[in-house]
Amino acid sequence: MLSMAKKKLEADTKDAARDTALLHSMLLQRRFEERTAEAYALGKIGGFCHLYIGQEAVSTGTLSMLRPDDYVITTYRDHGQAIARGMTPRAVMAELFGRQDGCVRGKGGSMHMFDANTNFLGGHGIVGGHVPLATGVGFAIKYRGGDQCIVCFMGESVVNTGAFHEALNMAALWKLPCVFIIENNRYGMGTSLERASAIHDIYERGAAYNMARQQCDGQDVFAVRAAVGEAVERARKEQHPTLLEIRTYRFMGHSMSDAVSGTYRTKAELEEYMKRDPITLLRQRMEANGTLTEEHLRAMDAEIKAVVQDAWDFADASPELPLEALYEDVYADTTT
Amino acid sequence: MPVITYRDALGAAIREEMQRDDRVFLMGEEVAVYQGAYKVSKGFLQEFGEMRVVDTPITELGFAGVGVGAAMVGLRPVIEFMTWNFALLAIDQVVNAAAKMLYMSGGQFKIPIVFRGPNGAALQLSAQHSQAWESWLAHIPGLKVIAPGTPYDAKGLLKSAIRDDNPVCFLEGEMLYNTKGEVPDEDYTIPIGKADLKREGDHCSIITHGKMVLVAMQAADQLAKEGIRLDVVDLRTIRPMDVEAITASVHKTNRAVVLEEGWEVCGVGAQVVDYIQRDCFDSLDAPVLRVHQADVPMPYAKGLERAAKPDLPKTIAAVRKVMYLD
Ligand SMILES: Cc1ncc(C[n+]2csc(CCOP(=O)(O)OP(=O)(O)O)c2C)c(N)n1
Ligand SMILES: [Mg+2]
Repeated sequence: MLSMAKKKLEADTKDAARDTALLHSMLLQRRFEERTAEAYALGKIGGFCHLYIGQEAVSTGTLSMLRPDDYVITTYRDHGQAIARGMTPRAVMAELFGRQDGCVRGKGGSMHMFDANTNFLGGHGIVGGHVPLATGVGFAIKYRGGDQCIVCFMGESVVNTGAFHEALNMAALWKLPCVFIIENNRYGMGTSLERASAIHDIYERGAAYNMARQQCDGQDVFAVRAAVGEAVERARKEQHPTLLEIRTYRFMGHSMSDAVSGTYRTKAELEEYMKRDPITLLRQRMEANGTLTEEHLRAMDAEIKAVVQDAWDFADASPELPLEALYEDVYADTTT
Repeated sequence: MPVITYRDALGAAIREEMQRDDRVFLMGEEVAVYQGAYKVSKGFLQEFGEMRVVDTPITELGFAGVGVGAAMVGLRPVIEFMTWNFALLAIDQVVNAAAKMLYMSGGQFKIPIVFRGPNGAALQLSAQHSQAWESWLAHIPGLKVIAPGTPYDAKGLLKSAIRDDNPVCFLEGEMLYNTKGEVPDEDYTIPIGKADLKREGDHCSIITHGKMVLVAMQAADQLAKEGIRLDVVDLRTIRPMDVEAITASVHKTNRAVVLEEGWEVCGVGAQVVDYIQRDCFDSLDAPVLRVHQADVPMPYAKGLERAAKPDLPKTIAAVRKVMYLD
């Protein structure tokens, strides 16, 4: 029998360990993407490249509630989620560099991270296109039996697409274990939510399908965990889908080719939102709880920076693809 | 003559047509407040107001259909797709509604609409964002399909497209927007369905369109140094295709290379080669060769992407082969 005091201490340490892991995950994404921007400027990364900076509490909070056998699917803004899901910074950076050791062997780049090992079903480039796929994964889970779930991340612009509505209707109609997560960062490129959607509390879109729905603060990793936890439980136990609107903000431009602020949002607005940096919020909370010291944070940051540097070096050293690779994987080999 | 960019030539065409005819309006993602994803409609919102320059949600199927509906009752929409890759979501409205409305309604409802936006690959945008759709679109009776390669052609043809009483798919190129050329200030149009002989030569024909016109011209310049004279036929319009221009060129040169950005199988080039074999069989001194994208989805990695795309070296190699020089 443990004494009450010891029990409490154990719970606290456990929380401290958990909070440290959350902070680590978020800081890793942040540092990774800062270097991503640097590599892009140096021409090591090309094409479209959408950073996740500012939204890390959504990926970390959500994915910390999943089991390894659950599934995840997302949009082109996928680096942070890939890393939070446990894909290695090496594999993600090598993909950004378009090299052989990238998670999809240099075929996809920034927008198309996939990893079968972590059930990461891809970053997808067509707005709304992946939402029905999530319903399909939910269908397969139910078909096979079991209590897995699928988390589908999407931007708030997606709620205006037809694919979203078709997918949600089927998920609700057939009671599938899908957790649809809208990362409402207020803008789709240069268009604010208010200029694109007839209703502004977009989680209410779920009402049309009688789907469980909720809105939560996406800068607070614990608020995200609580909301996602409930949704995941509903998916596992009742096989019911949920629509979550997680309110967040992107601190960078839509992609590397866009200005951070400009015609569609003011610098003042951006600065206001940056006051609620999800990493700062968690750090402050941990400091107040006494679970994080300045020294500890510095050590963590140094370790993370080294990991990211290692990912960069690894990506830089990874070979270019041989030309034969061009014709590989167009069709699956069905010979037995 | 003023020298302007392809982007500004397109902008000028739409602006002039909007000034000329108040039934013409522009609708699409980011066309108004953001001034155009590729800045084609810079200043439009300020000049024409939000009823005529309309930002849409990301809902291609929906706003393409809105355009078709508005056209049925007398407006003349210009519908911008941020790229043609996203137009796939709207293809039902383009093919099942716009293209056949006149026919299905026994000639009662014409659809004067332009669907436009960048087509084909830019740089390292990988598989979902790097596709050339002209052969798909040109397959459809009821559609007209235009792919200009120069600022002059872009302006003249876009004005014709807007004035045309049929649905027109207008394919631009992200890599073309910054290219420059002479474009007159005054009003002019270029007839839809007329090719343009961009370079005259008697050794070999290159038949091409859109972005690949630039590659063909480079090939012509380079081969001229070896004394090889290319006849560069710029189709400009894919449907209806200017068959006479193709066959006249091949009758003259007796050899042809067909160059396009898209994939080989059932591509535009296959149609061109069919016209050539029907009309020029006895004139040909060599099999016609085609240059096109490798038969794969576009990869991200720089080296692979380069290998996948049709380009100058591949075009020159094809010409040399057709001329039995290699
Ligand atoms: C069907 C389609 N139309 C347009 C685009 C171009 N596009 C890419 S991202 C984007 C904005 C999406 O915004 P949102 O869903 O809010 O996600 P966020 O980028 O904010 O994460 C647009 C218009 C696209 N990829 N797919
Ligand atoms: Mg958004």
